[in-house]
Amino acid sequence: MTTQEIDENMAASPEAVEKCVREALPQFGVEPEDITRDATFEDLDVDSLDLAELSQVIEEEFGVALKGEDVAKIKTVGEAVDLVVSRS
Amino acid sequence: MRKVVVTGVGAVHPLGLGARLLFDRWMAGEVGIQGGEAPCSDFEPTTHLSKKEARRADRFTQLAMVAGDEAIASAGWDDEQPYDPARVGTVVGTGIGGLATMEHGQTMLLQAGPEKVPPLSVPLMMGNAASGVLAMRYGFRGPSFGTVSACAAAGHAIGTAMRMIQYGEADAVLTGGAEAALTPLSIAAFAALDATSDSGISRPFDARRDGFVMGEGAGILILEEEEAAKARGATILGRFIGYGTTSDAHHLTAPEVEGRGAAAAITVALGDAGIEPSQIDYINAHGTSTPLNDRAETVALKRALGDDAKRIPVSSTKSAIGHLLGAAGAVEAIATLYALQERVAPPTLGYEQAEEDLDLDYVPQKPKPLNVNGRKPIALSNSFGFGGHNAVLVMEGT
Repeated sequence: MTTQEIDENMAASPEAVEKCVREALPQFGVEPEDITRDATFEDLDVDSLDLAELSQVIEEEFGVALKGEDVAKIKTVGEAVDLVVSRS
Repeated sequence: MRKVVVTGVGAVHPLGLGARLLFDRWMAGEVGIQGGEAPCSDFEPTTHLSKKEARRADRFTQLAMVAGDEAIASAGWDDEQPYDPARVGTVVGTGIGGLATMEHGQTMLLQAGPEKVPPLSVPLMMGNAASGVLAMRYGFRGPSFGTVSACAAAGHAIGTAMRMIQYGEADAVLTGGAEAALTPLSIAAFAALDATSDSGISRPFDARRDGFVMGEGAGILILEEEEAAKARGATILGRFIGYGTTSDAHHLTAPEVEGRGAAAAITVALGDAGIEPSQIDYINAHGTSTPLNDRAETVALKRALGDDAKRIPVSSTKSAIGHLLGAAGAVEAIATLYALQERVAPPTLGYEQAEEDLDLDYVPQKPKPLNVNGRKPIALSNSFGFGGHNAVLVMEGT
């Protein structure tokens, strides 16, 4: 990731990342009102394939690549947001 | 040998949604072809599937899921499944698989780069996706895989399912075929092969036929071991009593003109069923409306059945719904079950002009009653595919 590419991406503020996740998950069939920071992906019926798609959206928006071991660790929406913010 | 009965059917096809609707509309002379294609225009995935289910499946799998739900309900399995799930198999064929998914992935690759290729590309496009998704959907944990033999795929799926039950590998199998290849690539590619009809008319065996009309759809059947089906009080819709499959070993796309491979498949299927040509009441032909197939199939029928070939009514479902490729054999087997139940040969719609040597009874335009004299009627259902694959099923009515 070059500096220039990072500059082209949105700033990964917690608010921006959460907004991105809130917009992406309903495309996978999640009810928007069920999405909270504490909601677990398991409860939201978001599985590894959904997380692979979410990772692609996040990488596009924020330039943060989430690898398989990262995705395996995160359990909640809030953890995902925090991980992206910490990596950006 | 354990016997195999059909207890449930479901279909999504160019004449609408529902197995019985296919037969009724075909019998009424309706044709599901528009502008040279036969799409499932009435099928809107999210009417039947959740958003998540729909986006986790290519259209061919979506069609299979909805046909599967109808078949499960028709077998009376929707409340409670009568078998140990480990003893229930899933074998669904497709000719092509998730082509629309592949085309979308390829477009993303070229336009946006490899990092934009959707992660669902592979699990949606794979040819075994319909089998895998249906096994998951109903919790069947017996043998499960897809069959891939172009336009013979559903014939092979049903034949394989039949063998699983006969040999005791499963007590019941969900089987059939699904196809959704009305995509720009596939339409252009079949046209480049000169396989599809320029006139946009599917008129099998007619002298004016000029290629097949591509359709989409899915047909799903529930097969059960006869004694188990009877013990649970199932309604038996018909039986699969014979299966024969051979290869032309001749050409990648053209049938062998003397019909030797197809005739051999018919002979093997009759031997498997333990019947003679004189016992056949109806033939549901592969009948694609291509100049080569319909001629070679006619030659094959005469070669395998001798003098009986001219007596037996032969018609093609493709005159009503076009060619469903890897779903064709399943949807056509379902239509054949109803034909046997109703003791009638449905018509080859649009058939008007005979061609020299194509001189069988193609049941032109109007249905024809089967004269079975109180016997259980018997039919053949033929499926032949690019690659030289031949699959023939022998079915018996109740």
